[in-house]
This record gives sequence, structure tokens and C-alpha cells, in this order.
Amino acid sequence: MKALGHVFKYGDNVDTDVIIPARYLNSFDPQELASHAMVDIDPEFAGKVQPGDLIVANKNFGCGSSREHAPLCLKTAGVSCVIAETFARIFYRNSINIGLPIIECPEAARGIDAGDEVEVDFDSGKIYNRTKGTQFQGQAFPEFMQNIIAAEGLVNYTNAKKSK
Amino acid sequence: MGMTMTQKILAAHAGLESVTAGQLIEAKLDVVMANDITGPMALPIFKQMAENVFDKDKVILVPDHFTPNKDIKSAINSKAIHDFSKEQGLTYLEQGKGGVEHAILPEKGIVVSGECIIGADSHTCTYGALGAFSTGVGTTDIATGMATGELWFKVPSAIKFVLTGKPSPYVSGKDIIIHIIGKIGVDGALYKSMEYVGDGIANLSMDDRFTMANMAIEAGAKNGIFMVDDQTVSYMKEHSAKEFTVYEADADAEYDEVITIDLAEVRPTVAFPHLPGNARTIDEIEAMEPIKIDQVVIGSCTNGRMSDMRKAAAILKGHTVAEDVRVMVVPATQKIYKQCMQEGLLEIFVDAGCAVNTPSCGPCMGGHMGVMAPGEKCVSTTNRNFVGRMGHVDSLIYLASPEVAAASAIAGYIANPEKVGDR
Ligand code: SF4
Repeated sequence: MKALGHVFKYGDNVDTDVIIPARYLNSFDPQELASHAMVDIDPEFAGKVQPGDLIVANKNFGCGSSREHAPLCLKTAGVSCVIAETFARIFYRNSINIGLPIIECPEAARGIDAGDEVEVDFDSGKIYNRTKGTQFQGQAFPEFMQNIIAAEGLVNYTNAKKSK
Repeated sequence: MGMTMTQKILAAHAGLESVTAGQLIEAKLDVVMANDITGPMALPIFKQMAENVFDKDKVILVPDHFTPNKDIKSAINSKAIHDFSKEQGLTYLEQGKGGVEHAILPEKGIVVSGECIIGADSHTCTYGALGAFSTGVGTTDIATGMATGELWFKVPSAIKFVLTGKPSPYVSGKDIIIHIIGKIGVDGALYKSMEYVGDGIANLSMDDRFTMANMAIEAGAKNGIFMVDDQTVSYMKEHSAKEFTVYEADADAEYDEVITIDLAEVRPTVAFPHLPGNARTIDEIEAMEPIKIDQVVIGSCTNGRMSDMRKAAAILKGHTVAEDVRVMVVPATQKIYKQCMQEGLLEIFVDAGCAVNTPSCGPCMGGHMGVMAPGEKCVSTTNRNFVGRMGHVDSLIYLASPEVAAASAIAGYIANPEKVGDR
């Protein structure tokens, strides 16, 4: 599996209130949520993002609320992968559980700029910055999580486990 | 090797002798909770896995975020979790009978020490005040928990906070936790447990502890947990008929860091926009140009409990709210609301010129009942001051204790509660 696209770049502590503000949470329709993605930090995001694009950010991406609407709206908007120095833990869990690939890689987070074309190989954890011709080694998922991702999320994983 | 409090609870719920930090486990759950935002989203996911919840006495749905329903979409969401609760035979704490989830669960005795609890809300970490392992998760996790009664966890490492001394009169749990987050940063405890021990704990009320455990997530923590003492035990005996287990950390438990906090040295502390870690003491604030405010919110799962209401009322009594300020007082549960009524606090609030709202999350996450316009500033006893959290992206939130909030309501700018008598 691979991700390939252009990068939207953000800073530290991008919180769930800017990823998807609470005022839109009376809906959980993925398309509607996606249309408001990142609106409070980057009003142009939802209009500009193309399928395959990536988000690269610094520390503590996704901090704040437990709303799964946050990774869901990014995934639905077309984001293929989020790379950050670190993630907030609930966002991390939620992303795995809904099948949005996320990678912690401080070097990549620092070495990639907005608009760069980036390719990620999920099997090897390798991140290529095609624009700058640089390469980074991202952290591979632990085996336990790989199983969940391979099952395309926690729901299938749980169902498969039950039928065993 | 020894285990932390959290690790011991997780080991017991995973059926293991011992666990170590970083280990992936599957643990049995004692309580699974969701609200009117996360619950409706979890139901279709739940239905893909199961017909019935794993245990109807262990799953609870609380309508509190957009309730009383602020619009048709919210009403449909509340109805979804209401109908599901009826269908499955679950407890449903209807508006007028319940309150904000993290205040109502301890109050109703639904959560006790030693339990393993998940909630589809990030401030589920609140119940750590009772000595439980309690953490926030998303909707897929909660649906899985509802269906199976189990969930995967990565065993966290921990930071030990040794609390000593006694806080001064106008300092409470809120000041202490903002002080701590200011010290370690909003990702200072990322993925970790914040474990509180020390003889200073005896000087903190249960309400103080709820406030502090509530904001563990604002330091990025997986959970916050207090050692159990006599106060905890009497609180649980008063509120719950459940059996509880008390876990203590092993003497040789390993901690990433040990931080000692002398509570006597903590000053009234405010978190400036836009992060709960932007801590400033009241003395630093008094040295600045006055920060004029438009709104005050006293309530939420952080500081909407009885002692918070009493502290705010004690300051507001005999004063009036500044002309250009609006104040929302939101008791966190129906029981607290009634207690406020019986103690005459509602009258104090109303006489001072506050709007008293029915228990709800309301303005805390910019839902309703106190949403702000561009440029407006609010002193709030809630737990997050992120961009746009309480309304327009250009509005500003200052997080503070009920005492600072009440003093600021009277002054019209962020004010020192120690000096209210001077005016
Ligand atoms: S009061 Fe605020 S922080 Fe607490 S549960 Fe409600 S929205 Fe969340």
C-alpha cells in the first residue's frame, strides 16, 4: 500500500476543535464533516485537498477531544496519510480504528514543506520527498496494530476474532 | 519489576500477573459510556458487531452535549441513544434527571476505584480521581467495548506527582492542574499516566481531585489517577453500592519522572489562549494591563460541582456582575442544581446578575447557551481554550478556577479573588 500526493503543512498542537469544530458535530455524515475539515485553521483546505494528499505536522497532532469525526473527516476529504512528530493518543487510536494511516516521524515532519510531493510506502515505513529528493524512515506499526489495519479496521478485526 | 497503580489495574483486567509499559493487552471493561455526540455515531458501528450490548448494567449513555436539544439534528441524535437505551434495557439519564457525564457518573456511583472504564469522550479520565483506570476513546472503540466488553490497550508508563503541603485559601484543584500543565506542557504526559500520591492529597477535596484528573488529557495523558484515601472511600460509600478494589503502586514501580509539587506554593493560575498549558499566575496577570472580558462561564465537568458553586457564590454574594459582562452559571448535575437551590446559591447568582442554566455541556465546547462573537473574551472554568472552542475563531478563552471566574465577573476584567473584599 502506498500514499502519494501533495502536502498540507501545519505546526504544533493541531487540536480536534480546529480539525472539525464542535459546531458541526450534530452530524456524523462523513461527506458533510469533510466539507468543514480544518476550517478554523485553514479555511481553504476542504476546497483544495485532492485525493491522496498528505498532512504533515509537528508535535501532538490531534490533541483534544475524542471525536472520531476528526480522523474521519480527513480520511473522507481524501487525506491518504498524516505524518507528524507525535500524535495525541486518542487521535492515534481513532485513526487506526477507522483505517487512516498515520506515521510518527520527527525527521520527516521537519524535512517536508507545504506543497511538497511525498510518497509513503506503508509496508516499509519509507517516506520519499519527491520534490526535495530526500528520504526518511518512518516507524512501522506494531504487529498488533498491523493486524487491525490488515483487517481494515477494528470492526472487521473484532468480527473475525469472534468467528474464530 | 513493580507496577504503577494504572498498570496493576490493567493487569488485573487483562487476567495477567503483571504487565510492563509498552505491552499490548486486551482488558475487560467495567463501564462503557458514550454521549449524544459520540453515541449516535457508535450505534451503526456497534450493529455491525453485535445485536445486544455485552452487559446492560455496564453500558451507559448520557445526553449532555447539545441538550436540551439545540436543534433538530441534535434532537434526532438524543432520540437515537434514548431509543437504543430502551431497546437494550440500559440506564439513560434523561435531561432533568442527570447532568454532565463526568459529574453524573461518580455522583450516581456508577464508577468506583479499581475499575477499568472507557468513555467516548476525552475527559473520561475524570474518574481517575476515585482511583480507577479511566480513559477516553473514539466511537469505533466505544462500539467495540459495547459489543464485547473488552478493548485493546497499550500499557502506559507514568509520571509520578508527589503532592505535599496545603493549598492557600483561594487555590483549588483548577489552579494546581493548570500549574502542572504549565510546567510539563500540553504534551508533557503524552501516552502516559499521571499518578498522584503524597500527603498533600489529604488537603484536596474529592471535587479538587475530579478537576485535576479531568484535565489529565490536556497534558496529553492517557489517564490521571489518585491514590485512594479515607476521603475517597467515604465518597464511594456515600454514592455507590458497588464493591470496589483499591490498588496501590508497588514500592519498586518504575516512573519516567517524579515531580514534587508543594501545594502551598501554587498561586491562583489562569491558562491563556489558546492552550491549557499557557499558565500565568494571578500575580503576573496583575502586573499586566487589565484583560477586559465579555463573558464568564462557571460550570462543566471540570468545575461545575457543588464546591465550585459554593466557591463562586461566596465571592459573588453581595456583589453584582460588571455592566458589560454576561455570566453563565451551569451546575453540572440536577442534584447539584437542587443543592444550590436549597443553600440559597441560586438566589445569590440571580441577584448578582448571572444567567443560571440547566445542567449541560452548553458553552464549554461552543455548543449552545453561551457561544461567543469575534473578538469576545471569556473567563471560563472549563478545560479547553483552543481556537474556536467556545464560538467564533477570533474569540478568546481564559481557563480559571471558580473563584477567579467569579472575581472577574464582578471586576469586568481578569481579577484576583483574594482581593474581592477590597472593592
Ligand atoms: S463539559 Fe465540556 S469538557 Fe466536559 S464533557 Fe461537556 S463538552 Fe466535554
